[in-house]
Amino acid sequence: MNKIKTLADLKKLQSEVQSKIKLREKGDIPESLVQIKVSMATCGIASGAKETMTYLIEELDHQGIDALVTQTGCMGYCYAEPTIELTIPGKEPVVYGFVSRTKALEIIEKHIKLNELVDGIIPANYSSIDN
Amino acid sequence: MAEYNMHILVCGGTGCMASQSELIQTNFKNKLNEYGLADEIQVILTGCFGFCEKGPIVKILPDNTFYTRVTPEDVPEIVDEHIIKGRKLERLLYLNPETNERIGDSKGMDFYKKQIRIALRNCGFINPENIEEYIARHGYSALGTCLSEKSPAEVIRMVKDSGLRGRGGGGFPTGLKWELTRKSFSDQKYVVCNADEGDPGAFMDRSILEGDPHSVLEAMAICGFCIGADKGLVYIRAEYPLAIERLKIAIGQAREYGLLGNDILGTGFNFDIEIRYGAGAFVCGEETALIHSMEGQRGEPTVKPPFPAEKGYNGKPTNVNNVETFANIPVIINKGAEWFASIGTEKSKGTKVFALAGNINNVGLIEVPMGITLREIIYDIGGGIKDGREFKAVQTGGPSGGCLTKSFLDTPIDYDNLVAAGSMMGSGGMIVLDDSSCMVAIAKFYLEFTLEESCGKCTPCRIGNKRLYEILEKITDGKGELEDLNRLRMLSNVIKDTSLCGLGQTSPNPVLSTLDNFYDEYLAHVNSSTCPAGQCKALVNYTIDADKCTGCTLCFRNCPVGAISGEKRGLHYIVQSLCIKCGVCFEKCKFDAVLIA
Repeated sequence: MNKIKTLADLKKLQSEVQSKIKLREKGDIPESLVQIKVSMATCGIASGAKETMTYLIEELDHQGIDALVTQTGCMGYCYAEPTIELTIPGKEPVVYGFVSRTKALEIIEKHIKLNELVDGIIPANYSSIDN
Repeated sequence: MAEYNMHILVCGGTGCMASQSELIQTNFKNKLNEYGLADEIQVILTGCFGFCEKGPIVKILPDNTFYTRVTPEDVPEIVDEHIIKGRKLERLLYLNPETNERIGDSKGMDFYKKQIRIALRNCGFINPENIEEYIARHGYSALGTCLSEKSPAEVIRMVKDSGLRGRGGGGFPTGLKWELTRKSFSDQKYVVCNADEGDPGAFMDRSILEGDPHSVLEAMAICGFCIGADKGLVYIRAEYPLAIERLKIAIGQAREYGLLGNDILGTGFNFDIEIRYGAGAFVCGEETALIHSMEGQRGEPTVKPPFPAEKGYNGKPTNVNNVETFANIPVIINKGAEWFASIGTEKSKGTKVFALAGNINNVGLIEVPMGITLREIIYDIGGGIKDGREFKAVQTGGPSGGCLTKSFLDTPIDYDNLVAAGSMMGSGGMIVLDDSSCMVAIAKFYLEFTLEESCGKCTPCRIGNKRLYEILEKITDGKGELEDLNRLRMLSNVIKDTSLCGLGQTSPNPVLSTLDNFYDEYLAHVNSSTCPAGQCKALVNYTIDADKCTGCTLCFRNCPVGAISGEKRGLHYIVQSLCIKCGVCFEKCKFDAVLIA
């Protein structure tokens, strides 16, 4: 490790290492971030949910969008895997089915960035015990 | 370096380490390796989360899931269920005792809701052994700002304006202390960090050093810049091996990164820190005694003035601050004095870390804004009294403090209110007592502590406390007389008036405070030889009520010394000569047949 020689160097290092703990800081304020839950049960994983999740994380990071990508269990739409649930802060969650890489990119470009709904929404026809 | 998708934070404070949290970390790493997930999921050992009652704590992010009482054997299940399948492991989530609901997220817990974590900001969040994680949390930027953009006088003004007062117990304004040391003229000055935390049941400073050592190092360097010192010393008791270990690592890393040493950040400012070990003597928390101990002299206090600010370590001007005080400094610089001063009460700004202990549901480490009430701390954060018993008192300020009774439950806590209530802030130990605690015995317990810890220099403290203790012993043995209570008070006042240092001046406080607040209990001991709480063994006799005993044999089976006899479904009785008065029979009996007299 080279010594930090100036305040500017310190600030540079700070911005470099910040990404290491960013995930933790984001986890502390989930309600103010775009949240994506990827359904990662057996059916989801078999249909490529893992690749979708990795792609979402990388692409969002690449585009500099602050979002929280987490995994969740089976949402019940096994026919439409991989499925994701997208929550824009202050809005109702939306569930998408058949989320491939191209679909994921479309969701990022349109829904997350422009707030336009994209094809492939699964109408949420359930209520949970929370509401 | 690869980015991780998930972080698993395992508590690495001393408390959780004692419950095998290191093995939990290893198990996680092994299991993740097995699944080939080691590159995607990071496992780190952090500092204390504060919720020691429910330790070991494991927090998984970004899902923000908070697992309690995790054992090394639970790890495979957490990995299989939570990590692989994304299902939270219900049985390890915190159970809200009131609603009986499981809570997955620490934000939903009453324990955390009322806390504001400034000094503990990084505890349980970063890896204390990795300087980069501290830097990522704006670490060392306060030092950088001070060195590059501010004058020492400006920084001192900020600390003064923030209203920060010494967190070691005295409550002396920190900015003023820095200014006094700055004004002393000398070729060499020192910054000393007092990590000689000695109150029974207190572990605030230890947790900060274990969880966020760099915040203390950074603040010491800022202090050095302000007062004109290039040398810092941390005086820490050798009983804190983990804190020492992490401090050593932190100092090594700070040197390696050029944040300690010569010409820091190219500003020409030199500052280095060394560790000095104490042998764990309570009196060495007093600053003059601490300095003597560091010099290799006997750890005995000397008369002030001269204050350490004029003549301290090696006769040079020395600024001594407590660990928690230092931990607040970088935040004050980064966020501004006004921000800090907006928290707290008129004369006590900011937050205070307390170690909650005793008969309370949520034992742990908390940080609350000044001005919070005892009721909020005990009932909201602390989760109330254990086993649904009645609150009796809370002891604050350790052996130098006193007891606060029910009538103070709604008093806002700050330095001045606690003194007015007959106790003191102290370093932050808070021991909660329920109705089964005998206040005379509590006073005796604290006195026994000071008795052992008195350095022996002053006669009133060395011999006076011994005599005080003997009188208390006489009372708890049932041999006390009314005149003893006056003797206690008189002797206490003499010790307070004639001792040199804070230890002697405050050692009778637990006696005076209990005399003031629980005089009835003292009277019961001396007048009718009874202990209302049933704690003083010499005054208690257990008997079995012949009318209520059903002969269930529960007491017989649980008595540890075989002092209970009787046939099944027949009357049982206690053989008094064998009874050790442990009270187990009383607790076990389901028919209230065991009587205390």
